[in-house]
Amino acid sequence: MIEVEGLTKRYGERTAINGLTFQANKGEVVGFLGPNGAGKTTTMRILTGYMPPSEGKGKVAGYDLLTESLEVRRRVGYLPENVPLYPEMTVVQYLDFMAELRKIPNRNDRVDEVMEKVDIAARAESFIGNLSKGLRQRVGLAQALLHQPEVLILDEPMEGLDPQQQISVKKLIKEIGAEHTVMLSTHILSHAQELCNRVIIINGGQIVAEDTPDRLSASLAGGGRVHLTVDGDGAGLLEELQRLPGLTEVVVVKDGQFEIVTAPGPDARPAIASRVVGGGWGLLELRRERLSLEEIFIELTRETTGAEAADDADEPEAA
Amino acid sequence: MRNVWTVAKREFNMYFASPVAYAFSFVILLVLGLFFYADFANAAVQQGTPDPTRTISLFVTLLLFFSPAVTMRLMAEEQRTGTIELLLTAPVREWELVAGKWLAAFGFLTILVAASLVYALILSRFVTPGLDIGLLAAAYLGLLLIVAAFLAIGVCVSTLFTNQIAAFFGIMAVNLLLWVISYPVQNATGPVAAVLQYLDFSNHFYNNFFRGVINLTDVVYFVSVSVFFLFVASRVVESRRWR
Repeated sequence: MIEVEGLTKRYGERTAINGLTFQANKGEVVGFLGPNGAGKTTTMRILTGYMPPSEGKGKVAGYDLLTESLEVRRRVGYLPENVPLYPEMTVVQYLDFMAELRKIPNRNDRVDEVMEKVDIAARAESFIGNLSKGLRQRVGLAQALLHQPEVLILDEPMEGLDPQQQISVKKLIKEIGAEHTVMLSTHILSHAQELCNRVIIINGGQIVAEDTPDRLSASLAGGGRVHLTVDGDGAGLLEELQRLPGLTEVVVVKDGQFEIVTAPGPDARPAIASRVVGGGWGLLELRRERLSLEEIFIELTRETTGAEAADDADEPEAA
Repeated sequence: MRNVWTVAKREFNMYFASPVAYAFSFVILLVLGLFFYADFANAAVQQGTPDPTRTISLFVTLLLFFSPAVTMRLMAEEQRTGTIELLLTAPVREWELVAGKWLAAFGFLTILVAASLVYALILSRFVTPGLDIGLLAAAYLGLLLIVAAFLAIGVCVSTLFTNQIAAFFGIMAVNLLLWVISYPVQNATGPVAAVLQYLDFSNHFYNNFFRGVINLTDVVYFVSVSVFFLFVASRVVESRRWR
């Protein structure tokens, strides 16, 4: 399992992640979502013992990240982003080398087993440099699975895989996630929705949301866009609508057509309908657009970036 | 400790998986061979005795300039491609990684040094009453020790770069510096001069090993230079974690 508290990492002046606190339990697949530069890779590098945090503490597989890094590294499997491998080695040479570093007993058998598992056995004697991106990804995955790690950390594991390969890797992750702890980062939200028991969305180095994918979309699903069309030009309706609670924004698209952004919470359509009908406007259409997880994600991450942009804009004035 | 061996084995095999080892050996042995032949022919014409240590001093000079080619890749390439990330997230200590890399390079050059024994072997068949084995042994011991130090410098400087060419010249600069560091104070006395004279590679090599003298201080000097640079290298790798 993974347990971190107040994880902060600074690169000189820049703060990559700021006070991250979360945990991932055994038998759980946790998705780590965020735009590029949000701090996903930094967090994962800390969890795998590649570098220590500037502040904060954490335990992975029951060992302290700072004081027992070697023990942590023995129990964590890691697939870095872009999968750095030695191009001049063959698949089997490379896996044998990693297995030897990890002191795995019956190395040859285990290497064969893992190659079967990720379906790379047919290319065992190929040089890694000659493999496609998807195949290299699988070699990286094989390497991460060699020592049957308690915790598996995957940075963008689906990147560069074709749909067929994605299905088999997803199956593999689910399988491993049933018994071990898996943490994966992705920016393809449908993957997160399908694979993860829990999703952590980070942006600007901070957690902006954390929940199961279903609840996350449910709690935000009330928020959405409603299209309203009334008979005639709808004069005076705009003011009426703006007085309604639960609506964040009302925009006139053209005469008689409105676009309404509703806040998360109960559905706002009944209230809108009764107001329109009660006011004597002829209701022609009332249609809601559901926010997909994609849009929720964009919404959540934009808010923070928007706030940051506002901060930046304030600074020159203050100075 | 086993990790050192694992890393060294892989790295050693990599030398021969690419043309690097063959090209390097070819150039070194070609130059050594040419000079040996010239020396030999010269001695025959002038009715003199060819000097068995000639190839050794030439060898050292060649390594001064070309040994960086053997070590420049070792850490720089790992850092450039990011493969170091998977090494350092495996249960491997920094010093094990660095020592393994050095051991691989040392293994490779030891083979080359052994190959150069062939010149001594040829000479011993032509010279009566045979070669001075003691002198030869001392010179070869010195050669191996200086190779160890050159390679430790190489591994160390390579950790500072992600570009192999930059690493090559960086290593050569340190090699050269330590080779000539006492030239400006060659005949001077005083504490500064003494320190610089002590630090000078060529002093330790040419004044002793090359003349057939095995001094414990010289052995200790080269061993400690090697250990020092490998220690610094492992600290540099470690510091990467903290940046």
